[in-house]
Amino acid sequence: MSEATATETTAPGSDGPMIEIDHLNKWYGSFHVLRDINLTVTRGERIVICGPSGSGKSTMIRCINHLEEHQQGSIVVNGVPMTNDVKRIEQIRRNVGMVFQHFNLFPHLTVLENCCLSQIWVQKKPRAEAEKSAMEYLERVQIADQALKYPGQLSGGQQQRVAIARALCMRPEVMLFDEPTSALDPEMIKEVLDVMIELAHEGMTMLCVTHEMGFAKTVADRVIFMDQGQIIEEAPPTEFFNNPRSERTQLFLSQILGH
Amino acid sequence: MTTDSTFRTQMIEAREAPDQSRGVLGWFRANLFNGPINSIVSIVVILLLARLVWPFLEWAVIDADWIGTTRDACTGEGACWVFISARFESIIYGFYPEAARWRVDIVFALLAILVAWLAVPRMPRKKWVALFTLVVFPIIAFFLLVGGSFGLEYVPTRAWGGLMLTLTIAVVGIVGSLPLGIILALGRRSKMPFVKGVCVIFIEFWRGVPLITVLFMASVMLPLFVPGELDFDKLLRALIGIMFFWSAYMAEVIRSGLQAIGKGQNEAGQALGLSYWQRMGLIILPQALKMVIPGIVNTFIALFKDTSLVLIIGLFDLLAIIRAGLTDSNWLGFSTEGYVFAAAVFWIFCFSMSRYSQYIERRLNTGHKR
Repeated sequence: MSEATATETTAPGSDGPMIEIDHLNKWYGSFHVLRDINLTVTRGERIVICGPSGSGKSTMIRCINHLEEHQQGSIVVNGVPMTNDVKRIEQIRRNVGMVFQHFNLFPHLTVLENCCLSQIWVQKKPRAEAEKSAMEYLERVQIADQALKYPGQLSGGQQQRVAIARALCMRPEVMLFDEPTSALDPEMIKEVLDVMIELAHEGMTMLCVTHEMGFAKTVADRVIFMDQGQIIEEAPPTEFFNNPRSERTQLFLSQILGH
Repeated sequence: MTTDSTFRTQMIEAREAPDQSRGVLGWFRANLFNGPINSIVSIVVILLLARLVWPFLEWAVIDADWIGTTRDACTGEGACWVFISARFESIIYGFYPEAARWRVDIVFALLAILVAWLAVPRMPRKKWVALFTLVVFPIIAFFLLVGGSFGLEYVPTRAWGGLMLTLTIAVVGIVGSLPLGIILALGRRSKMPFVKGVCVIFIEFWRGVPLITVLFMASVMLPLFVPGELDFDKLLRALIGIMFFWSAYMAEVIRSGLQAIGKGQNEAGQALGLSYWQRMGLIILPQALKMVIPGIVNTFIALFKDTSLVLIIGLFDLLAIIRAGLTDSNWLGFSTEGYVFAAAVFWIFCFSMSRYSQYIERRLNTGHKR
């Protein structure tokens, strides 16, 4: 076991790795959910994380913006080490966008207001400027025509695209996707994946927890397989899918691709 | 293929619903007479209502006396509303000195304008009006009602009474208990043990004692413990007691709303970098409060009606002043008129609150699940 000590700080925005996770351990009570996770993500890298349910993949990416607290190890995001300090956490979160399985749009605000909220209150932008940049991102996810509707009036796929635009409005350097297509009807998955693929081609650093293996094959630089709270295997997609080394990965792939 | 008559080539136009399901008749048919048993029940209920309501109408309106100033005007079989009109001034102002009653008029006229401004969605500059109502208006109201400065005659609160006192207590109670309730509800859900503990103890204490006890403690017991020079106004003590008491209820109503908001909403706010107060103020509370509007207004209505309990500590609210009038030897035997009138006034205020809350609920309803 490693002694989890203070990590050296590199200057924010430097050329260092975007995310460094070092000997991360987390427990829910006595249940050991994350076991000695080590992961370095370089700038612009696109990573797909897969694994059976309960393997800790969501928990791991939720640790990156401190939606989950870890007990041991260190996380450094864009040169800023994660601590329990609220200001520090908020500073990191401003750089990290997140898209949730259930969209989590704010139902009492219109699509446009959803996208402006954090620009106005966190980045302190004037409303007009926030709206302009919100419309740009809504345009990019091809939903600008729905800007004045409420989330409940949109389909699941449209809502998820709004959620992506909302996260992008903060101009994050990393995007975390927590099973973004799992709650969608099959015919809507593609529209969301298309947006994600486009984002990947633009060089965004991305960590995606997903079961969309097609997406992994197309855009991932690295695929990570987790089981029981550990990283079992990490490899470029061709290697990962064609000759997985561990038995558990082989079993998982045969189950997920077999039908 | 297009000639195949099995398939429609054009959509059928939408048509209006049949006659029997529209209009007044349609409503009666659908709601009162939609089957033999329902029809019988409806007829019985309508007959019963007629038996009960008609005598009341006869008493209250048809046979009633309306005009006059003294008891001699009460000649009819029915109610004698002269009893009310003769003492209307004191029902409104209590013992407030006649020369200073214009001050009460100004305060409540101003309040009515401000409330109307805030209540009607079309009015502009809501933020400033709200700020004025919450910050400037109470100061104006205080100086006007209490007096004692700016050359205004000092009117001690024991001279306040009637509808004016009832409204004062209700407005202060409502305006004070809502924000306090919000803070307590948030505090009770806090992760900080101290904050949480304080809020839980506060809520459980005030919820656990009857309002009458609170008022008694405020008016009788507090002066026993608090040194004389710290002694403050009886009305103020009652107001604070009422505010604390109802804020505990309010806190639990609001907490139920907070609990109904999914964890994802807070997480989405966190992920966007919003601070705790921003998340609460911009995301969680607007949704939670909207959800519990019926509960909040329910508490407001209960508060409004329970203001009449202050009569037990010797404050003469609307009900107490009417009761006092019943003992006037010139006007013995008019208790029914008095209570019916008091009930009507309370009902009008409470019913208005209820209707407005329903309107607001419909208006805020973006109608869509999360």
